[in-house]
This record gives sequence, structure tokens and C-alpha cells, in this order.
Amino acid sequence: MLTLHPALHAKIVAHARADHPDEACGVIAGPAGSDHPERFIPMLNAERSPTFYRFDSMEQFRVWREMDERDEEPVVIYHSHTATEAYPSRTDISYASEPGAHYVLVSTRDPEQAEFRAFRIIDGAVTEEDVVIAEDRMLE
Amino acid sequence: MAIEVRIPTILRTYTGGAKSVEGSGATLADLLGDLDSRHGGLRERLVDDGGLRRFVNVYLNDEDVRFLGGLQTPVHDGDTVTVLPAVAGGAC
Repeated sequence: MLTLHPALHAKIVAHARADHPDEACGVIAGPAGSDHPERFIPMLNAERSPTFYRFDSMEQFRVWREMDERDEEPVVIYHSHTATEAYPSRTDISYASEPGAHYVLVSTRDPEQAEFRAFRIIDGAVTEEDVVIAEDRMLE
Repeated sequence: MAIEVRIPTILRTYTGGAKSVEGSGATLADLLGDLDSRHGGLRERLVDDGGLRRFVNVYLNDEDVRFLGGLQTPVHDGDTVTVLPAVAGGAC
């Protein structure tokens, strides 16, 4: 299960809407081992594409180093699909490289209603998780 | 002194869980060969016949080695090499 503060949920959806029709991507960092997403980090899509995303390698290096220094990890890795459902594609699955992360997919294909789903992707296996939007993690 | 190589979570199965390992060599290619002698299989995850794998990022100190000399980039004692899997995907 992924528990996400409503403000973070809103930021992901806003980023996906802003970059539509290109795919948007980013990270929510949290204290290592906490499974608690806290710090919203929108990333550039170096591909600037409606069908592909890739973090810019130098931006990724800086962000990953910063997380390391703060004893954080990427708790959430999100990206948008702009014409298809919010479900990991074959490419998403084959490049998934953070077994500890929640992979969040947002679809902006409907201009009114964003689909928002979360998955674990480990060794090519996709498992969908419940998403709980809640202000207080104690509500879990 | 040696060259420190930082290993991402997903590749730590090759390093017995270690976050960083040490190696030596005159170029990145030599260094990866040296690492492979102690951490068998690691090199294969980073390079293929065409050079560095497309979805692996390797940095020498603060630079992406793609902007330096790729596998032929010279490395020196005291350098830090960081490996990060690219974060990528898409609708197709």
C-alpha cells in the first residue's frame, strides 16, 4: 500500500497536466527505510516525448547524491502516460530498476479525471498496490 | 589508493550487498574488468558488445562518462565512479 499526502498527490497530477501531451516524471524522496514519501522532486523528461520518458542523467546524478547525503531514498518514482492507461508498459517493466520504490502511474488521457495508480515492479513482475490519500500517516 | 565504485541497490547482489567497492585500472574498461574478477557478472550488467549499456549511467566523479570517453575514459586512484540505472520507460 502507498500512503500519500493529498498535497503530494496534487503535485504529481499538476505536473502531469502541465507537461501533457509529453510524459512527466519525477521522484518523491523519503527517509531511508521509512516507506514514507515526503520531498517532491519533479524531474526533466530528457526525451520530451509523448511516449517515452527518461531522467536527465546529470539531474539524476545530482538528485541521487542529494538523497544519499540526506539519508533518503526514492520512495515514489512517478511518470505519466498521456494517451494510454495508468498501467506499466513493457518498457516501464523492463527498465524498472528501483525494487524498493512505489512506481506511480498517472494517465492524463481524460482531461477531467486523472487515473492514479501505484505498483511494485520487481524482476519483471508487476503488483498493483492500494493508494491511500491521507494527511496523517497514523490513519493507516 | 584505489578507485571507489558506488553500486546501486539493484546491482548489490554482485557485491555481497556492499554499497561501494574498490578497484583499479587505467581506463573505465580496465576498472570494470578488475571488478569483474572479484564480482563476477557485474561487468555484464553494465556493458555489452556495443559499449556501455544504454540504460545504465556511469559517472566519473561528477561527469557522465558518455560526455568523457565512454569505456576508454582514463581513471585514476582517488576517483569515484558512480553507477546509476537510468530511470526510464514510457507508454509503448
